Amino acid sequence: MSKNKDSVKQTIIVALALCVVCSIVVSSAAVILKPIQTENKLLDRNKNILAAAGIYKEGEHSKSDIASLFSQFTVKIVDLDKGRFLGESEMQGLNIDIEEYDQRKASKVATFSDKLDKKTDVAGISRRAKYATVYLIENDSGIERIVLPIHGYGLWGTLYGFMALEGDGNTVTGLGFYEHKETPGLGAKVDTADWKAIWPGKRIYNDEGVVAIDLVKVKVDHSKAKNIHKIDSLSGATLTSVGVENLVRFWMGENGFGPFLVNLKKGEV
Amino acid sequence: MSDQNAKSILLNPIFTDNPVALQILGICSALAVTTSLDTTLVMCVALTVVTACSSFCIALVRKHIPSSIRIIVQMTIIASLVIVVDQVLQAYAYATAKQLSVFVGLIITNCIVMGRAEAFAMNNPPGMSFLDGIGNGLGYSVVLIFVGVVRELLGSGSLLGFEVFKLIENGGWYQGNGLLLLPPSAFFIIAMFIWLLRNWKKDQVEKPDFTLAPQSEAHTH
Repeated sequence: MSKNKDSVKQTIIVALALCVVCSIVVSSAAVILKPIQTENKLLDRNKNILAAAGIYKEGEHSKSDIASLFSQFTVKIVDLDKGRFLGESEMQGLNIDIEEYDQRKASKVATFSDKLDKKTDVAGISRRAKYATVYLIENDSGIERIVLPIHGYGLWGTLYGFMALEGDGNTVTGLGFYEHKETPGLGAKVDTADWKAIWPGKRIYNDEGVVAIDLVKVKVDHSKAKNIHKIDSLSGATLTSVGVENLVRFWMGENGFGPFLVNLKKGEV
Repeated sequence: MSDQNAKSILLNPIFTDNPVALQILGICSALAVTTSLDTTLVMCVALTVVTACSSFCIALVRKHIPSSIRIIVQMTIIASLVIVVDQVLQAYAYATAKQLSVFVGLIITNCIVMGRAEAFAMNNPPGMSFLDGIGNGLGYSVVLIFVGVVRELLGSGSLLGFEVFKLIENGGWYQGNGLLLLPPSAFFIIAMFIWLLRNWKKDQVEKPDFTLAPQSEAHTH
């Protein structure tokens, strides 16, 4: 028995059988649980959009509130090059369904995205989708808040998140990342409430209309007016901080939502 | 096997033969996941399930595993189970799974799982191996929960997210101890646990490797 057990034939048979059984177990678990996981991810994303816009507060609201809170958003699609919303007919022409449109998938499709050259691609995303889904809260006098999707490369992978701005297209309401691969305990602090609390009230653009957000390595006194564009870097996570700064600069700049925000200020969207 | 034996297999690892406190295994994850009690509990359940199920599966096929690929077979079984647990957590406890991030995956490299597979499951029937896995998982859990309670209570003044001590930031009286939220603090707390345990069960105290020689007369004044 023991001699047979250790024979080459037996070894190969056991190895193969084990591989087959294990791969069936692992893949069936992945396939069966996929729908629930996707739903969780969507819920988490919507929660992050709400949290960035300052509507969802941890502790005050629960998971069941997300759907009703989310319904107050008007969802629109922005043409990034032209800097304005897509109309109904344009969306039909492009075969875009507002509910189904996925910017992340679109940025991999040649007809829906542009390749960025090295100089413009500061966020390290290589391709940028032509259209982006944005979330608006409107009141009687126009747009009150707007949530813009942003993403870019940090240290280990791409960070995906949202930047929420006031109706002036300049003052930050909130920022949040719902997916990232940064180092737990260091770069992953981009996701903590303490750090995100620095952002609200900061201004993206200076008086000349240039992106001025700056992540600095010294302690910032946030009460001073001259620090209106300054954010504390994450200590121990230089590359994550640089990544966040670059992706904010890219998405708020002329290749991102810049033209759209300029038009928004003029009221021509 | 008698009931007495099954009982000792299940209960011994909790205090008498604790995998963390006596065998000093699985320290790494004990540092990483114990900042709050809810992540600690999820990690404990995950590790207990993985240890028990992997010991069971390995014991089931132990007579057919060729010794030349023994470790790889054990690793494959453990890794598959860990992936399944990770997938389940992502489906049913998404927020906690996000917090635990890589540490669920790192159960694969937790010495306790591998240690039980190699030391117990390879030589014992599946039922006993399963109990041994549960027992060692519970032993790990006892230490982790102890560390988690101390760290969350004294570090952020809460337990399972509920406020126990009102923090100064929120207008209360308690100043949270920031050190306890950082990984090194778990070392002190585990050491404290071991000290308490060895004061209670004296037989776990190790013999000193050497003792200081008594001072000779000439050097005393």
